[in-house]
Amino acid sequence: MKRPWVMTDGNEATAYVAYKINEVVAIYPITPASAMGEFADLWSARKDANLWGTVPLIQEMQAESGAAGAVHGALQTGALTTTFTASQGLLLMLPNMYKIAGELTSTVFHIAARSLAAQALSIFGDHSDVMAARSTGWAMLFANSVQEAQDFALIAQAATLEGRIPFLHVMDGFRTSHEVAKIERLADEDMRALIDDGAVHAHRARALTPERPIVRGTAQNPDVFFQARESANSYYDALPAIVEGVMKRFEERVGRSYHLFDYVGAPDAERVVVVMGSGAQTVDQTVRYLQGRGEKVGMVKVRLFRPFSAKHLLAALPESTRAIAVLDRTKEPGSAGEPLYQDVVTALSRAVTDGDAPMAAMPRVIGGRYGLSSKEFTPAMVSAIFQELTSPDPKNPFTIGIRDDVTQLSLDYDSELDIEPDSVTRAVFWGLGSDGTVGANKNSIKIIGEETDGYAQGYFVYDSKKAGARTISHLRFGPDPIDSSYLIGHANFVAVHQFGFFERVDVLANAAQGATLLINSPHTPDETWQHIPHPAQQQILDKGLNLYVINAYEVARELGLGNRINTIMQTCFFAISGVLPKDEAADRIKDAIRKTYGKRGEAVVRMNFAAVDAALSHLHPLPTPERSDGPDMPPVVPESAPDFVRTVTAEMIAGRGDDLAVSALPIDGTYPSATTRFEKRNLAQEVPVWDPEICIQCGKCVLVCPHAVIRAKVVEPAALEGAPQGFLSADNRWRELGDLRYTLQVSVEDCTGCSLCVEVCPAKDKSNVGHKAIDMAPQLPVKEQGKRNWDFFLDLPEYPRSDSLHFNTVKNVQLLEPLFEFSGACAGCGETPYLKLVSQLFGDRSVVANATGCSSIYGGNLPTTPWSKNREGRGPAWSNSLFEDNAEFGLGMRLTLDKQVQYAQELLRRLHTRISADSMRPPVDVEQYEPSGSASDLVTAILEAEQRDEGGIAAQRARVAELKRRLQGMDGSEARDLLSLAEVLVRRNVWIVGGDGWAYDIGYGGLDHVLASGRNINVLVLDTEVYSNTGGQASKATSLGAVAKFAAGGKRTPKKELGRIAMQYGYVYVAQVAMGANDAQTVRALREAESYDGPSLVIAYSHCIAHGIDMAKGMEQQKNATLSGYWPLYRYDPRLVAEGKNPFQLDSRAPKIPFSEYAMAENRYRMLRQTSPDEAEALMAEAQQSVTDRWAIYEWLAKGDPQPAAAAGGAPAGHGEEGAKR
Amino acid sequence: MNGAIDLSTRYLGLDLAHPLVPSASPLSQTLDGIRRMEDAGASAVVMYSLFEEQITQDSLSLDHYMSYGAESHAEALSYFPEPESYNVGPDGYLELIRDAKASVDIPIIGSLNGASPGGWTHYAKLIQEAGADALELNIYHVATDPSMTGDDVERLYLDVLRDVREMVTIPLAVKLSPYFSSMAHMAQRLARSGADGLVLFNRFYQPDFDLESLEVGPHLVLSDSDELRLPLRWIAILYGRIQTDFALTSGVHTHFDVLKGVMAGSAVTMLASELLKSGIWRITDILEDMKAWMTEREYASVAQMRGSMSQQNVTDAAAFERANYMRTLQSFRLDPTGLMV
Repeated sequence: MKRPWVMTDGNEATAYVAYKINEVVAIYPITPASAMGEFADLWSARKDANLWGTVPLIQEMQAESGAAGAVHGALQTGALTTTFTASQGLLLMLPNMYKIAGELTSTVFHIAARSLAAQALSIFGDHSDVMAARSTGWAMLFANSVQEAQDFALIAQAATLEGRIPFLHVMDGFRTSHEVAKIERLADEDMRALIDDGAVHAHRARALTPERPIVRGTAQNPDVFFQARESANSYYDALPAIVEGVMKRFEERVGRSYHLFDYVGAPDAERVVVVMGSGAQTVDQTVRYLQGRGEKVGMVKVRLFRPFSAKHLLAALPESTRAIAVLDRTKEPGSAGEPLYQDVVTALSRAVTDGDAPMAAMPRVIGGRYGLSSKEFTPAMVSAIFQELTSPDPKNPFTIGIRDDVTQLSLDYDSELDIEPDSVTRAVFWGLGSDGTVGANKNSIKIIGEETDGYAQGYFVYDSKKAGARTISHLRFGPDPIDSSYLIGHANFVAVHQFGFFERVDVLANAAQGATLLINSPHTPDETWQHIPHPAQQQILDKGLNLYVINAYEVARELGLGNRINTIMQTCFFAISGVLPKDEAADRIKDAIRKTYGKRGEAVVRMNFAAVDAALSHLHPLPTPERSDGPDMPPVVPESAPDFVRTVTAEMIAGRGDDLAVSALPIDGTYPSATTRFEKRNLAQEVPVWDPEICIQCGKCVLVCPHAVIRAKVVEPAALEGAPQGFLSADNRWRELGDLRYTLQVSVEDCTGCSLCVEVCPAKDKSNVGHKAIDMAPQLPVKEQGKRNWDFFLDLPEYPRSDSLHFNTVKNVQLLEPLFEFSGACAGCGETPYLKLVSQLFGDRSVVANATGCSSIYGGNLPTTPWSKNREGRGPAWSNSLFEDNAEFGLGMRLTLDKQVQYAQELLRRLHTRISADSMRPPVDVEQYEPSGSASDLVTAILEAEQRDEGGIAAQRARVAELKRRLQGMDGSEARDLLSLAEVLVRRNVWIVGGDGWAYDIGYGGLDHVLASGRNINVLVLDTEVYSNTGGQASKATSLGAVAKFAAGGKRTPKKELGRIAMQYGYVYVAQVAMGANDAQTVRALREAESYDGPSLVIAYSHCIAHGIDMAKGMEQQKNATLSGYWPLYRYDPRLVAEGKNPFQLDSRAPKIPFSEYAMAENRYRMLRQTSPDEAEALMAEAQQSVTDRWAIYEWLAKGDPQPAAAAGGAPAGHGEEGAKR
Repeated sequence: MNGAIDLSTRYLGLDLAHPLVPSASPLSQTLDGIRRMEDAGASAVVMYSLFEEQITQDSLSLDHYMSYGAESHAEALSYFPEPESYNVGPDGYLELIRDAKASVDIPIIGSLNGASPGGWTHYAKLIQEAGADALELNIYHVATDPSMTGDDVERLYLDVLRDVREMVTIPLAVKLSPYFSSMAHMAQRLARSGADGLVLFNRFYQPDFDLESLEVGPHLVLSDSDELRLPLRWIAILYGRIQTDFALTSGVHTHFDVLKGVMAGSAVTMLASELLKSGIWRITDILEDMKAWMTEREYASVAQMRGSMSQQNVTDAAAFERANYMRTLQSFRLDPTGLMV
């Protein structure tokens, strides 16, 4: 039968089958598995049917634990049910997985295997997650490629229905889940042929039904539990044969042959590698290469890892085997060896002992770790492993792919080894996320893969920043199937889509000799060469590269394409790569454009067609000059950077992190903060420029800048002596500040060009209203001056926090130093202004617990991190635990602080006399530490300190410094104890930060408990109303009528009202804020939250790229959200009850615009109108009703009588007398 | 007597029950709206305008927001689900014409505002294919380019009309603005280039200044009866001289306005602001009032009164010309403080 060949990735290939053969799907987003759930939701929204002609039911859950529970329940009631997950998500499913297996329930979970967070989180691929599930009793089937991911999704389902053991179907995260490859798509008939309806009926018959009631899930006692646990052994014994049988049936039907263990290589191999997952592809390729060179090598691909069939493994190994390397893509610290290694050793040892081994003597078996967190695994490494097996004393255990200079476990390898055949065209493209390079490349491989007989493969590498993200596309084209599951090391085509990359990374490192180099240059062809840095020029000469140049941005601008140079560059690629004949290529590209963009409208198609037509006339071959006389590469980080930044961080920034040796890295995941300032990314084409003549010094631009690149200071006029020429300042506009000079500066090298600042600037030139106090201007002409100004500005003294100004207004807050700067968040991010504000207000005494999500990625993803510190070295101490436990994590921090403060106070009291009477110390000038003068000595002053404002904090810091000075020389364990704890006597605050996915969904249970604890914590919810970090999946914060992933047909229920729920406790401070709607209220709410001696919750409207808005207008959208009544601003302050006041204060006015006016400015709402206009209209009406109804409730709350103390819940434990003054 | 009055009129070759036709407005954006207008007694409906620029804009903006931020970060390769199809382009508009034709009996007149030469003809053809009985070319052009001459502007109108005329067979009306140096000449050129009707006049929405924010904003004001006079004058002047139908639009709020329009020479009078302000059922009221007025004054038919007060037929033909202006100025009387009384 004829099956279509399609270009697809592992996620889609897997989801395609899973969707067809299930009835109920529980989903929850987690990288790299999210796309599987997204596909299922999308197909369900468009009413695609499964094998049985019915549309599967898709249910998003609040967490993976919830998904597992829902799956368990659905299975118990007889539905064919599945889910998709990875990493921590799988860990959250473990408890249910034991149950599901224990109950012999047929199901398959599809896993895009990913690292588990240990010393750090990583989104990339390895087997540590699935290995943590080994003991659950689930079968594990490993797919090595995209084709296998599809095939095994079916094989696993057929086997689980037959064998009753649940399956984990595992593919490698990213390497397989995200690799785009050409595969033969299974037909419905194939699936029907493999899935036995009888087994489906049997599954259904085992379900709970009141027609035939049974009890499952009992509690058992010592008398029977053990026996019961052993009762299902025969099912595990039978499963390998069942899987084998299904694979055989699959082969008969489809033609592809799989076995539990597949052997590849010389029949008389002496050295064998055992491996599973995508790495097996690489080993396979290398074995064939080495075999071709006469080496007696072979490999075993492990397909069915659990139940582990020793019999089948032994049958796969040649009798000639003398040495085996078992590779594990996981690490089990402290074990006798990693899991696969242990299983192989055990199997061999038993066989040898029992006399069942095929080989005469026990082979030597060594175990090695490779590929953790998607670390590259190449033929060169495989070759080195085979080489190691020839050694009389091979390393065991070993690692490969890194340089371990600490425990010396790593093997050396020849990174130059290239075994790929010449028939494969290998192309590498360096692009920016925003230029559309990846999308065009996906199109290119589709053109070859689906429109010709040729094969193609695409794999895409992204960096960890969101604004100005760099992308590297690795494309292979060839006449034969492509099974190289590693990055391209020797490219015969390299395209540099951003000229600036030449200055920052070695873009030619993987260019092969004689390769073609296509450059998008802002310079004319004649002038391009002189602008390429000298090292790159030298490589071009050394490697004899053929140069082509195009000014794609100019062409794009002329065509109205803005920054999107993708189609232009794609056309150039086809024109000079020779992958397709030139004319045919243009036609194919246009066909592809119509297919991809056709549904978005004719205008888009026309514009891209124009790009194809225009590209070639602007493409110029460039004769290679003879000399390399270009500029030097600028240093990666300044010479003045700290040692660690220069030696370690800089290497990561330069793209050489792979070469860092083990010893370079911290042993416990601890990194210095304040490192983004050393990574000057020069992203913005335009930056803000200040006009002091017009500026009213309101501070709004400083407040909204998401990247802390606009800052203000007031300084003594004398401090400006020696300022660089052109450094601007003005008389200050504060009544209290005398003749201090005001200056506003922009870090032009850190700016992302989002222009939020310009949008919020209220000061317009009276003679030319188009000119504001802040305008955008091209970066290049102001860059050098800007750098000089910035450096000078940073050295100017900060305004003293403890001076007379109160930081309760936006205007005053601008003078506070931000301790969160230059994050990798999206340009114009709506979240980071809040974090920056918190860091300004309280950052020098904050501990931050950050839920996983956008804020943990831009907040803590290497190489550089934005949490910063002030001149005294103080700043927020930041950590991320998990996604689900962040509130609890933060509470733990609070518990420590509370306990330590209490203990330190106890010690103070115990040492009171000694500290106060220490004659070796100068007498205490109490006045110096106690402005009120009421305390008689240092200890009393510390114990009774108010610490309510900056002055109080400064005074306490001075007291504690004096205390420490006195304790230094004091003997005794209590004195030493107090010395180690004294710093906690300065009031600290705990900020628990996360997005709505955390607060509304996965972390809600914990958040609720933490709020109820009554402890003094501050929760900041950065509410983007979707799971932004994983690409915009719906959360319970998503509003009615909005389209999001997992809500492709528009969300059907209104947003959860987290604030109102929290208010019910009566003793939780709650505020809802939107900086763009009322910045003063935001400042006020955060200050109140921090000052409240109990739990506080601030819910902050955060506009987001996932809303589909012009990010420059983010603040305006915030304002409209409030104007429409959708996002009321309010504060609920339990302290007001004591004053006999209503604790609830509504800070925004009655709706002035309809909800739709706000909503229709956002693609997430507009989209539904463009796909299902009638439904959109109905949902919009419902949404309006919901806004109106809710507004009525808030108005009622605002009018309400002061809440009686009883209703407020009284003082909870830990919130009364004892809890005061924490 | 009521039943005896013949209100029928003929516009763009279409036989209409009476001269009250709702002009392009949001009321025709839904099938329900069109049905309700028929129920209220409208004799035909001009659909809301299909704006080519809007279609292009929707399409480009959809593409922009679907792509923006995509393929940049490993965890978020996109931010929106990608549906199978979108309603961008003219499909919704055309579908509505088809539905309207299937569900109402009155003629449906399409309305098109093109942006490119290809766009005008392409969409005009589609509108014809969808079943529209006639098409109004809503040429909304603000001539801001100082290098563009009056002749250039006129040619732009004529080119659009000629291009579309070549592509479609249904009757064509041109809706235009009053800002021509020689309105009469322009009207004649359009009539000779194939316009079956002229719709006078398009109202330009004039932007306003917000003195608080120092911003220029759109300012949508519904018409009032005062605005009737400009089209009234021009139809009165052109009627009988230019061989084409006239539709009066802008300022039609009462039966008096309709009567004046017909007497000036309009085949139909179009209204939107009144319906938006007071409801679709105003059509019925106006019609009833009109009938009563005609009965009282013993008019037998609309045909009888059409053009009865056009420039050709009034005794003081100069009233439509400069004298009118002089007289108006002289008719002001001021009080001693200088205010008009």
